[in-house]
Formats: sequence, C-alpha cells, structure tokens
Amino acid sequence: MSAILDLAAQNLLSPVILCFALGLAAALARSDLSFPEAIAKGMSLYLLFAIGFKGGVSVAAHGVDLGLALAVLAGITLSLGLPFIAFSLLRTLSPGVSVLDAAAVAGHYGSISIVTFVAMSALLTGQGLEAEGYMIAVAAAMEAPAIVAALWLVSRKGGESRVGGELWREILLNGSIVLLMGAFVIGWVTGEDGMVEIAPFIVTPFKGVLCLFLLDMGLVAGRGLRSARGVITPGIAVFGVVMPLIGAALGLGAGFVLGLSTGGVAALTALAASASYIAVPAAMRVALPRANPALYLTLSLGITFPFNLTLGLPLYVALARVVTGG
Amino acid sequence: MQMHDAKRVEIIIEAIMERQISTALTQVGVTGFTILPVLGGSGRSGHWTREGGVGRASGMIAVICLVAPPRLDSLLKGIFPLLDEHIGVVSVSDTQVLRAERF
Repeated sequence: MSAILDLAAQNLLSPVILCFALGLAAALARSDLSFPEAIAKGMSLYLLFAIGFKGGVSVAAHGVDLGLALAVLAGITLSLGLPFIAFSLLRTLSPGVSVLDAAAVAGHYGSISIVTFVAMSALLTGQGLEAEGYMIAVAAAMEAPAIVAALWLVSRKGGESRVGGELWREILLNGSIVLLMGAFVIGWVTGEDGMVEIAPFIVTPFKGVLCLFLLDMGLVAGRGLRSARGVITPGIAVFGVVMPLIGAALGLGAGFVLGLSTGGVAALTALAASASYIAVPAAMRVALPRANPALYLTLSLGITFPFNLTLGLPLYVALARVVTGG
Repeated sequence: MQMHDAKRVEIIIEAIMERQISTALTQVGVTGFTILPVLGGSGRSGHWTREGGVGRASGMIAVICLVAPPRLDSLLKGIFPLLDEHIGVVSVSDTQVLRAERF
C-alpha cells in the first residue's frame, strides 16, 4: 500500500501532472491563459508521431509474435464490451440520462484516450518499465469498435443514428489514427537506424512538449467543467470515476491472461480505463447529433481524464506490478 | 456602377460538418462559397472556443455564400437536412453584387 502511495505522490509532483493542474486551476480561476488552436494541434501531432514511431521501433527490435495479434484481439473485445457496461452503469447511477446520451457516453468509455496512454508511457519510463511496442497498435485498434457498439445500443433501443460514409471516414481515417499508425509503420520499417536519425527530435523534447500539451488539456478541461456545471449531477460524477476503475480491472485481467510484461499490463489497463475525447466526440457529432456534447466531453475530459492522470495511472502501475510480480 | 440584388446566406455550423455542407452546396449548384474559422461564441448549446482544442468535435465554422435570389430556395432545401439536428445558425440577408452572372 505504501508503495502505491509513494508512486502516487511521485506522480502528483511530476512536471507533467503539475502542468495539467496549472492549466485546470488557471481555467477555473478564469485566467486568460490560452493556447492558440494551431499550437495545440501541432503539439498533439508531435506527440502522436513520437509515440507511434517509438512503438514501431520497439516492434522492429523485438519482432512480431502471436502476442501482437492476441493483444489487438483483446483490445477490440474490450472496446466492444466496455460500452455495454458503461451504458448500464450510467443509466443505473443517473436514471435521468436519456438512452441517446448514455449510448454516446458509453462509446467514449469503450474507446481510448491516447494522451492518457502517452502519460502512462512517460510514467512507465520513469519507473524503468516499458510496454510492448505493439501496444500502439492495440491503442489504435481500440478506437473504433466502441463507436459501433454505441450505435448498436442506440438502434437496439429504437433510436436513430446517422451511419454513412462520412461517419466511417471519421472513425477509420481521422487524423490521429492515420498519424499514429503511419508513424508506427515508419518506426517499424526504419527500426533503430531511423530512431538514431530523429531521436534528438522525438526523444529529448518529448516530456517538455507533453508538459505544455497537458497544460493545454488542463485549460480545456477546466473550461469544460466551468461551462457544464448544470450538466454533471452527483450520479454522473460518480460514473466518471467508477467506470475507469471497472475498465481498468478488465484491462488488468486481460493483460495478465495474455502474459504481457508489467509495462504492457499497465498500458492495457490505462487504455481500458481511459475515455476518448478527440476521436469519439467527433464521430458522435456526426452519428448522434442530438446527443448532448456537454455531457460526454465534460465526463471524459473533465472528470475521467484528470482522475486517471493523477490517481489512476500510479494505481494501475502498482496493480500491474502486483499481478505480474514485476 | 451597376449593382445587382443577391442573397447572402451565412451558415454557422459545427466544424465536423464542413465536408458535408460543402458537398451539399455543390450538389445544389452553389459552387462559390467561403469557409471561415470561428474564434468562439455562445448559444443554446453553451460556449465554444477555438483555443486549445485538438479535436474537431467542439469547433464551429462559418460558411458564407452569395446567390441570385431565385436560387435561394433550392440552396436552403439542399442544406436543411444537414442543419436539422446540428448545432448552428442560418441567416439570410439582402445584399448587392457587382457581377450578377457569377451568382
């Protein structure tokens, strides 16, 4: 227990988390601190490229085995299954939430937050641990199935969704996925030689950029919380903390059964515990325009993301150490 | 200078709908329009701002098109199915243009 508390304290006092806290506090205090959209977008592109490339290099170094296919399959299964749990839990904790809103929220919790994954990778590196490189592919594979599950939930309950070419383009070809997987493939093809060439760009500045990006995420989360005070009821807030723990438990179990390394189990746990706030909100605006964006964006970005970032990630690393003995 | 009557249609809509609204306009024969970024604002769905956001889910755009008055109805009918359920505002105002044959 003391190990978990030590890791949590160490995590809370890291520059990455303190930057997020600064952004959150600045937004809640109505400071005019802000990042231009282009800079925020540029930082997210950098982080996606760096994390994808590193994953590809890792796969090139360690080779491809059955573990990759099984981990991707487990990720897809989690992504398809978690929305059903999220839907039922949210409707139980807050019966006033409509079917449409509950399904939209459920889609977010089946999908993943790549920034949470990046933060977990940084935490693991600080702990001397490393996840399997192919966890990048698992992360990418977990984006879309949850959206399909959410739309199925809506249709099962008699609701309408707009499923068409635009939605599939949004799901499968959104910029985040294309860049993440593209960088992964480039890293895989070029291997360690490629890494040596661009390491000064994607390794050394990585944590500094992550700090600034999380400062911006804190600002966005704080602004969302401020403007959505009437939307989040106590039951919904409880959901925002309990659901990631349920996802984490399933991700932890799946990682253990797959025989992943300690870092790999922690990464899969973080993926299953996280909720999307980039890819799925965009898909939901296309497919379920009547669902309330203030609800799902505030839940995933204003409650679950800060919870995972501050308390969840160290907890998941500690649990991964316990189950793997690492 | 000879001026001609025209209609100015301004559509403020979610950024995520940009491709679909462009396609719908083209399909009703409106091939000239301008898309502008929207810095921020407030409406029935709350506040929005371009600052800091990395996803397109909460951003808005403004689509502006100028058409000859007889073409206004078909334009509005063409875009209405897209606007029906999405956050946004459509306004139509009278304006004048220099070269009528272009609209």
